[in-house]
Amino acid sequence: MLADLGLSSLEELVGALPDEVRLRRPLRLSPGLSEYEIVDWFKARGGENAAGYASFLGAGSYRHYRPVLVDTVVSRGEFLTSYTPYQAEIAQGTLTTIFEFQTMICQLTGMDVANASMYDGSTAAPEAVMMAVRVNGRERVLVSRAVHPEYRAVLASTTRNQPIHVEEVGWDAESGRSDLDDLTARIDDKTSAVVLQSPNFFGVIEDTRAAAELAHKHGALLVVLFTEAVSLGILEPPREADIVAGELQSFAHPPSYGGPYAGVIATRERFIRQMPGRLVGQTKDSQGRRAFCLTLSTREQHIRREKATSNICTNQALIALMATVFLTVYGKEGLRELAAQNLAKSHYLAGRVRPRFSGAFFNEFVVRAPASANDELLKQRIIGGLPLGRFYPELEDSMLLCATEMSTRADMEALAEVLGRS
Amino acid sequence: MIRKVRPHIAQEEPLLFEISSPGKRGWQLPPLDVPAIDPAAAVGAGNVRDAIEGFPEVSEVEAIRHFTRLSTYNYAIDLGLYPLGSCTMKYNPRINEVVARVEGLAWAHPYQPDALSQGCLKVMAELETALAEITGMDAVTLQPAAGAHGELTGILLVRAWHESQGTPRRKILVPDSAHGTNPATAAIAGYVVENVRSDARGMVDVAELARVTDDGVAALMITNPNTLGVFEQEITRVAALLHEKGVQLYMDGANMNALVGVARPGDFGVDVMHLNLHKTFSTPHGGGGPGAGPVAVKSHLEPFLPAPRLKSCGAGLALDHDRPRSIGKVRAFAGNFGVMVRALAYILAHGGDGLRNATLDAILNANYIRRKLEAHYEPATAAPSMHECVFADDRQAARGVRTGDIAKRLIDYGFHPYTVSFPLIVHGALMIEPTETEPKRELDLFIDAMISIAREIEENPDVVRTAPHLTRTSRVDEVTAARKPIVRWRPDT
Repeated sequence: MLADLGLSSLEELVGALPDEVRLRRPLRLSPGLSEYEIVDWFKARGGENAAGYASFLGAGSYRHYRPVLVDTVVSRGEFLTSYTPYQAEIAQGTLTTIFEFQTMICQLTGMDVANASMYDGSTAAPEAVMMAVRVNGRERVLVSRAVHPEYRAVLASTTRNQPIHVEEVGWDAESGRSDLDDLTARIDDKTSAVVLQSPNFFGVIEDTRAAAELAHKHGALLVVLFTEAVSLGILEPPREADIVAGELQSFAHPPSYGGPYAGVIATRERFIRQMPGRLVGQTKDSQGRRAFCLTLSTREQHIRREKATSNICTNQALIALMATVFLTVYGKEGLRELAAQNLAKSHYLAGRVRPRFSGAFFNEFVVRAPASANDELLKQRIIGGLPLGRFYPELEDSMLLCATEMSTRADMEALAEVLGRS
Repeated sequence: MIRKVRPHIAQEEPLLFEISSPGKRGWQLPPLDVPAIDPAAAVGAGNVRDAIEGFPEVSEVEAIRHFTRLSTYNYAIDLGLYPLGSCTMKYNPRINEVVARVEGLAWAHPYQPDALSQGCLKVMAELETALAEITGMDAVTLQPAAGAHGELTGILLVRAWHESQGTPRRKILVPDSAHGTNPATAAIAGYVVENVRSDARGMVDVAELARVTDDGVAALMITNPNTLGVFEQEITRVAALLHEKGVQLYMDGANMNALVGVARPGDFGVDVMHLNLHKTFSTPHGGGGPGAGPVAVKSHLEPFLPAPRLKSCGAGLALDHDRPRSIGKVRAFAGNFGVMVRALAYILAHGGDGLRNATLDAILNANYIRRKLEAHYEPATAAPSMHECVFADDRQAARGVRTGDIAKRLIDYGFHPYTVSFPLIVHGALMIEPTETEPKRELDLFIDAMISIAREIEENPDVVRTAPHLTRTSRVDEVTAARKPIVRWRPDT
């Protein structure tokens, strides 16, 4: 090949680089390792983490059993090693699964349309807010403080330099729900959107119907976020919302220290052209057979450039595929049963340790317990709850507990025992 | 002649919803070890949903056949060359997948105590250090979830720095050859976008740049090598010119596969840049994500990086959330950790020498294709190519065949198309990036296919204009899809 190029060494290939930019020394990295050594290295790292510990952490990242079919399917090179399906004729596999994904998200959320996925829930939140602002042209956004604190942080950094004014709404100390009286006092006819999360960060199910009524009375949109997608298996979805955005990690992706996850946005048919992110549509090929393709791409940055609905390019196709396989394996009855098991486990645990708030919850709730209780639990190889003081100074004495279908009765008893003593 | 492929039978497969029948399921949960409860009693009847209408109900074997059949409709790197320019579709080593699934890593919770996360923190620290060395920058954040997200993070850093100097400034300069995400990003960060013309060689026009650069400009966003696959020869002059006016130089690292081990952006004046772990560092594209878009900066931007940052703590590592000058968070938790694991596995496998060799091979492959095709297609520039080569469809357009048609015909020859009609500064562009992982045999098959198509255009242009002919799905009607969007299945469609 070098001869074809009239060259005698590979080094001559970088002759096109200006002299002053060339790196004249080897990179200071360790020499290459064999496959065997690499596996060993990462296993050693895994061993330095919490392998073998029981955990009651949730708060936006959940432990759910992963059916083996999930990895079987996503390990197929045809899914794993393909690019974004712009060439529809040779990407019908990916396109069809995304179409199925979009359909299932609509069925789960009660919305008309859903996009092909977003980076994660925390980035879907500001995208949903920016979408609401595009829809009604207003600039004021009211966000509940019971929305995941990290989602609110991402919202703040993303919207800071745009004509969007985010204000926070308080939560009710008795129920743990967003304070609708506070919302009533703050909302006005300049409000673009009201943003709630349900179940909220404290695990409490919000009254989204009342919030929708309030928002709509003022011409504002209701955006409902979710972090625990399994809750949609049994809880009534926020059908009265205008935009639903959330995190799908619960559908088959392990916690993986925070990512990669997949977010999603679903909405009403009439807002489809304001929705960010990729979208797959049904059409026909030149022989009249059903086919799928990416559609409404005129919203996107490779065509619209600075006028695009978002700067986001990638979705999280492979994670969305995991969710699609997960939902297929569980199916209509299985997903409900899975959600019911989460409900049963968390309510069993709640019967042993008193929840702080009175509001109905799915698989997470807040208890009064000192952070020191967690040290006691670690001795029994149990990771307790998330101490809330870091995010809510007023909840310095409390922690957030999560029980899923993977929480055993024995671990819950042990947890209750320690929390009861402290 | 088509040598790489011949047709085989493809299984037909309806949608999941069309093969469902009541009561079927692929999974059984273990029995509850606590008492079952009545959902309505637990959360109130109004909070309990009815059965989900139309939701899938299939058995396990139906599920696996469904997805396996659909998978066979996809092209993939595992099937052959994927020459998408600017996308760096290299082989995705399977070792990456194995280590990302190591239990202690995959099941690590983002809020588990730092003392029980040392393995994860070490992975992140190793990767940050390696990326800083590769780019010649001082600090790296791994938080952004993708390239465009990294861009946004980078421009927010630029803004925070300018604010600390007194004013955020007003404008971002973007060359007309840039990726579409660059202007979209600048707009979201609250900047006005001004396009800068390229010169006849496809490089930034330094005189033009000097003319438009004033103290209202916050940054220039540049891709280097640029989207013509050409290294910006005047890059150090460009950097000096910008820095003189207090302007930051942002580099889109989409084309970093051309530079690893041979040149470092930090050494030629770049202040801030993003990398795409799913391009340069071999993590799989997965049909469109997940990726990761780390951002590397010079030390003056370090205080503004997203929180938390890694810090040493006794003998170990910890997450430092106390970062008063930080731009805040751009994503929950630590970012796409699983993608970081894969990228680090790639770096560990190659080592410094291996990474440099990969760069040289990538440049070799691109130049080999260019040399073999330049008698048949018009090179878009006379400047030497780095890791990708760009042609214009001028000769073929004269016969009524455009780059998009050639791309579709390439599918019949068993290849994924190159990047079509980009960069926008080339009329009818064919942008080809083979990457280093292609064997010569595959490159030769591709070259033969391209030459054969050029011949077809002379002899029978219609066969190209109406391609593809051999695929299971023929040319797809995208216009109707956009005009009357059907974006979900319904029982009556």
